[in-house]
Amino acid sequence: MAFKNYLLVCGGTACESNQGIALYQNLQRELKYQGADAECQLVKTGCFGFCEAGPIVKVLPDETFYVKVKPEDAAEIVAEHVLKGRPVSRLLHGADEQQPVRAAPELDFYQKQVRIVLRNCGVIDPDSIQEYIARDGYAALEKVLFEMQPQDVIRELELSGLRGRGGAGFPTWRKWLFSQQVANPVKYVVCNADEGDPGAYMDRSTLEGDPHSILEAMIIAGRTVGASQGYIYIRAEYPLAIQRLERAITQARELGLLGADILGSGFAFEIEIRLGAGAFVCGEETALLASIEGKRGMPVPRPPFPAVKGLWGKPTVINNVETLANIPVIILKGGAWFSQIGTGTSKGTKVFALTGKVRHSGLIEVPMGTTLREIIFEIGGGIKDGKAFKAAQTGGPSGGVIPPEFLDTPIDYENLQKIGSIMGSGGLIVMDEDDCIVDVAKFYLQFTVDESCGKCAPCRVGGRTLYNLLEKITRGLGVTEDIQKLKDISLAMQRASLCGLGQTAPNPVMSTLRYFMPEYEAHINERHCPAAKCKELIQYLISESACVGCTACARACPVDAIRGERKKVHVIDQALCIKCGRCYEVCKFGAVSRG
Amino acid sequence: MSAQATSKKKAPVEAAVPERLTPALLAFIEEWKPRPGNLIMVLHRVQEAFGYVPRQVAFEVAERLEIPVARVYGVLTFYHLFKLKKPGRNRICVCMGTACYLKGGEDLIFELERELGVGLNVVTPDGEFSVEAVRCIGCCGLAPVMTVNGEVFGHVAKKELPKIIKRFREAACTPPSATT
Repeated sequence: MAFKNYLLVCGGTACESNQGIALYQNLQRELKYQGADAECQLVKTGCFGFCEAGPIVKVLPDETFYVKVKPEDAAEIVAEHVLKGRPVSRLLHGADEQQPVRAAPELDFYQKQVRIVLRNCGVIDPDSIQEYIARDGYAALEKVLFEMQPQDVIRELELSGLRGRGGAGFPTWRKWLFSQQVANPVKYVVCNADEGDPGAYMDRSTLEGDPHSILEAMIIAGRTVGASQGYIYIRAEYPLAIQRLERAITQARELGLLGADILGSGFAFEIEIRLGAGAFVCGEETALLASIEGKRGMPVPRPPFPAVKGLWGKPTVINNVETLANIPVIILKGGAWFSQIGTGTSKGTKVFALTGKVRHSGLIEVPMGTTLREIIFEIGGGIKDGKAFKAAQTGGPSGGVIPPEFLDTPIDYENLQKIGSIMGSGGLIVMDEDDCIVDVAKFYLQFTVDESCGKCAPCRVGGRTLYNLLEKITRGLGVTEDIQKLKDISLAMQRASLCGLGQTAPNPVMSTLRYFMPEYEAHINERHCPAAKCKELIQYLISESACVGCTACARACPVDAIRGERKKVHVIDQALCIKCGRCYEVCKFGAVSRG
Repeated sequence: MSAQATSKKKAPVEAAVPERLTPALLAFIEEWKPRPGNLIMVLHRVQEAFGYVPRQVAFEVAERLEIPVARVYGVLTFYHLFKLKKPGRNRICVCMGTACYLKGGEDLIFELERELGVGLNVVTPDGEFSVEAVRCIGCCGLAPVMTVNGEVFGHVAKKELPKIIKRFREAACTPPSATT
């Protein structure tokens, strides 16, 4: 090693926006100021995944893992760790609970993870093509160009069992084969980076942390199916990912990895970036293609499938970011190696954005077949604030909720479908006892209503009607017949909608009805919200025995609904109360109850 | 967040002089004109320059790209990201992704509305602020999250909001744009 130490600083969006940029600059300044810049190299990397505790700094070679590092900690890290070799123990994970963990591999968070897609995230500088190449980057492309025929690549993918990670799980090799078999001088390769699921940021982190892996996979796809132009369709909301992709494309061009004659093989391929504009439906492939063409992103019925007739009517291979990120590794290590990981029908790993009420929310990659319990309780460290686990949600607005009884189900495409959810793109949202299941279903419906393109009536009208029914129930105005109505409309939408968005929009309703019927019934029959979330169904009351008359609640109340004199019991005027919960939050004596 | 709710009040801040395509934008359009599927890329650049897509400019774009104005507006109204009205000088975006929603994103919106005295997507009378509910911005580990002029605030508590608003109100005391 040329340097004694390496300081890796997370340059992912979450850490950067949490004073991570100032931290990087301070470390840079301190290294110079304290004369350590000759023995220690500072590297800005992609996401480490442990987003909850960011910004993260990792020190190599001993893999010391610092969490929640502030810009002002830079001087101490350099003075103590870099120069004297003594770790700054107060910045270690678990330091506040007197159980500091020093090195990253020892953290529970990383124990069960297997990193294939995220192999370079948090390891290399995403802005440096040299670092990517040093980690076997573009070696797979070289192999494909000079040692393999297109059918060899497809056979290797078939052997690997890789399925699309965008949600539906269609075998990748078949998509490629369809396009390859169509005789057409013009074909396209499209990378779907329109990550629209709320609560999911797997693709963003992959692009930010390892943009070259996507470019390499797209060039391989181009070579295999016979395309010479690629497009990356990415959300405009991801400026950092766009910037890193643009730089990566420029670097690849400079080294002859993109352009007219790639590595002297005679194969030509170019990649362009196209921005999305905030339409969830554009994650659907035909809508996505319409959007690249500069039109309204409305889906069209399939077949013909894009693999045969896609962008501008030409055969088009569309893969999502995570699917593509697997491909260089499969080419290098072989399909047989890849197929050893995972379950019978679902091979490899899956990246999840683990969020919600879990202690360590972040980005994780686990082998297919890992159970929810392992993910939430071992990797994620359990539920926040000692609350009880209520449900997990996968698949975003197209998915369903998973109740506690399925915590031990191994996660793969088929199992999730069996229990009424879907794999989806990888959002995994954990809910606790404070989350109202009807409210969550309403949240997703509001999302799909907003995002429906309006082309077909089942989705446009059905979605709105479902939302209105849920709204009625959360306001305490529901009647028993509403349950049947929810079921009927859901079924109609599933059967009759034109595209995946409408067909799957009722999933959050169907799965919550299936597992949490008593909660719907409590809203309807008892006008009661068990999670105390639905504002119209809760009441704040002040207990006569516990109130000491400190006036804190009365002063906090924004609508002057609380009356009472100093040192005397206070009372909430229910007619005025807007149920904002301020009094509940400020009372130090636990005298305000909610229910 | 339905269309009716957003159009209840008119944005009080309208530029006195109609906005026009700048030379930089004209050059960008020329560069992209021969490439297929250019409209969305051009509109992104326009919005970057003005903060929204002014009516006059939308007409100019149609003329320059030689396409019907209806196609331009078809795209503008389909995609959530494009704005037809000028946002406040300080643009507050509250994330309404699932993680942020569960952790109280909606309460942040209620509180901001109360604090600023205007509803969602309406500019305050002084032209300083506007609040939007936006799609997941991908910092779910920091939920609830909001951004002000692109700067990200994570783990936001309701009681921090007045301080954040104050900071941006006082920052960069540029004279407010042509308000009368």
